[in-house]
Amino acid sequence: MFSLEDITQSVHNWLYETMHPTLALMVEFAIIGVLVIALFAFLGLVLVMMERKVSSWMQLRLGPNRIGPWGWFQTVADTVKLIVKEGMTPNNVDRLLFNLAPILVIIVSMVIMAPIMFAKGFQIWDINIGVLFVSAVSSLSIIGILMAGWASNNKYSLLGAMRSGAQIVSYELSAGLSMLTIVVLTGSLKMSDIIQAQETGWWLFKGHIPAIIAFVIFIIAATAETNRAPFDLAEAESELTAGFHTEYSGMKFALFFLAEYVNIFVVCAIGATLFLGGWMPFHVGNWEQFNHIMDYIPTSIWFFGKTFFLIFVIMWFRWTFPRLRIDQLLNLEWKYLLPISIFNILLVTVIALAGWHF
Amino acid sequence: MYRETDIIQTIPGTDEMVINVGPQHPSTHGVLHLVLTINGEIVKKVEPHIGYIHRSIEKMCESLTYRQFIYSTSRMDYLAAHTNNHACAMCVEQGMGIEVPLRAQYIRVLMDELTRIASHCLWWGSIAMDCGAVTPFFLAFREREMINTIMEETCGARLTMNYNVPGGVMADIHPTFQQSVKDFVRHFRSKIDEYDELVTGNIIFQSRLKGVGKLSKEDAISYGCTGPTARASGVSCDVRKHFPYEIYNQIDFKEITHTAGDSYARYLMRLAEMRESMNIIEQLIDNIPEGDYLAKTKAVLKLPKGEFYSRVETPRGELGVYIVSEGGTTPYRIKFRSPGFSNLSALDHMTRGHKIGDLVAIMGTLDLVIPDIDR
Repeated sequence: MFSLEDITQSVHNWLYETMHPTLALMVEFAIIGVLVIALFAFLGLVLVMMERKVSSWMQLRLGPNRIGPWGWFQTVADTVKLIVKEGMTPNNVDRLLFNLAPILVIIVSMVIMAPIMFAKGFQIWDINIGVLFVSAVSSLSIIGILMAGWASNNKYSLLGAMRSGAQIVSYELSAGLSMLTIVVLTGSLKMSDIIQAQETGWWLFKGHIPAIIAFVIFIIAATAETNRAPFDLAEAESELTAGFHTEYSGMKFALFFLAEYVNIFVVCAIGATLFLGGWMPFHVGNWEQFNHIMDYIPTSIWFFGKTFFLIFVIMWFRWTFPRLRIDQLLNLEWKYLLPISIFNILLVTVIALAGWHF
Repeated sequence: MYRETDIIQTIPGTDEMVINVGPQHPSTHGVLHLVLTINGEIVKKVEPHIGYIHRSIEKMCESLTYRQFIYSTSRMDYLAAHTNNHACAMCVEQGMGIEVPLRAQYIRVLMDELTRIASHCLWWGSIAMDCGAVTPFFLAFREREMINTIMEETCGARLTMNYNVPGGVMADIHPTFQQSVKDFVRHFRSKIDEYDELVTGNIIFQSRLKGVGKLSKEDAISYGCTGPTARASGVSCDVRKHFPYEIYNQIDFKEITHTAGDSYARYLMRLAEMRESMNIIEQLIDNIPEGDYLAKTKAVLKLPKGEFYSRVETPRGELGVYIVSEGGTTPYRIKFRSPGFSNLSALDHMTRGHKIGDLVAIMGTLDLVIPDIDR
């Protein structure tokens, strides 16, 4: 059956046969770099469009509908506009940090792509500490946001950055703990192992109640970590105008904007990998025929389908809920989510030790 | 590293800093300028700076005749233009001793209540937007659009209706007016329940508003708050009940008051007012009497020498119109007592000690319209 694994494997073999191993590695790096940037551009265009269409659908509007069929080229036009716009640096800002911040943010969301398995055998780097890598790198993005807020020399930016700092540091904890739930069940931090362990069923269904609790907490924490409504306090349009990126314009703003959407994709991809089986097709017990049909759907479709479903859920949140206040946000994390996560991880450890999961 | 050019500086000797909210800010709903003193997230002081949209309507009115000046008041509280015009027309009628036909009175009251619903609809959308939910704004505009369409049919304009003239209303109601109002009320009865489902019951929304921005009854009175803002604090101040004008004394309606005085009470207050307005409309819509819609008046209106005052209940509170006449064709002096101005003065008192996010929510529940404050 058609599989992306065959293509990647044959390219790999061909490169190593024709070239010196070091050169071949370099060429592979270049190919991966181009592919990641292409994916970024694709995600930026598709997710922004999706957001606008989802919001318009929820708000009795049509959304963009002028450029191209159903307005599909609206985001292209927006991107062109942002590229040709002057990248202004206001007076009295810390120039180095101000210009470095968006680049740092985008680099972090690029690096975090590495252990994600897009399809069977289609992965950049199957590192043995995949989950740890993801949670470690994702917490770096806060440095970029704090830098942007501090260097802008704007009080709104400063407030936004401080909010964002408090928020991401807090929610990192319960996101990490809910990811750990699956690690405990699987017994491995490696992404490919985690997906392989879900061959007989997704952890969301196999892991009993703790997996469901962990999934809910993960979705909440993921929404908070990506600074999305109802946790968009760092931007908080009605309070801080645009929060930490108030002073940014042109492509520098576009990098923040792109990083936000790529981060949504990444957290949803992680969620889909951990809880919904990544590229694993949906199988039901011993329905041989059904399972066989499901296997015919390419693994990449399964992966992107699950990821985009989670992205849709997160967008749905944004256009439904009001925003929390900063103290309520921290209360939610430290008084509710964190104790529940800790209890949950104990529960799942007992279940895993006793072998009660399916 | 500290540099001389750094703008972010605290007030010397404290951890507090001054931050300007507005005049261009998404949640001031206009060109209101608030100078906040904040300590981190905590608001220590709010100092409203007004006047950015001052158009000296009061002074302009002094050179306009008694027929003309009414139209300039549409631009004061542009969300409730009809009630503004109503107050002015009533003041002139009072001075001239003009008897307004019953039909005109019915039409005016109906239009007042429709205006109130339209204004509260917009407020409902904007309070939700201030709290971070964007979708309710579009839902509210769907209902508001129906009212605007009714207004357009009958008055010819959607926002600045200019429908009131001294002696009645400018034109008779559109033949389909009664039917479209009934359709609207039927539609809105189901939609207002949807509002409750989407926003009122939301746990995040409730926790944002409950216990925030408390205004005690005494404070509400001493700041001169009126309208839903004061009634949410337990002050019974509905002009329609206490100083009934037109046919309000014949209508069976309740004056809604809450005692909590917090943002949530102000929120519930306005939702309840929308329901009450629908009750009033339903009582009147089938009973509009036949007759003239406009009393016969002289071509040139000249108010006798003296002072005249009239007041109406606008969606935001009590609007007073005070005319001093020297007996000429134009007023000697006009003063408008606008509800937004007094309500805004209570903002500092309500916000101190709360977070920045609360400031925005409190400002939303005050339902400020900046041209109404500045005039």
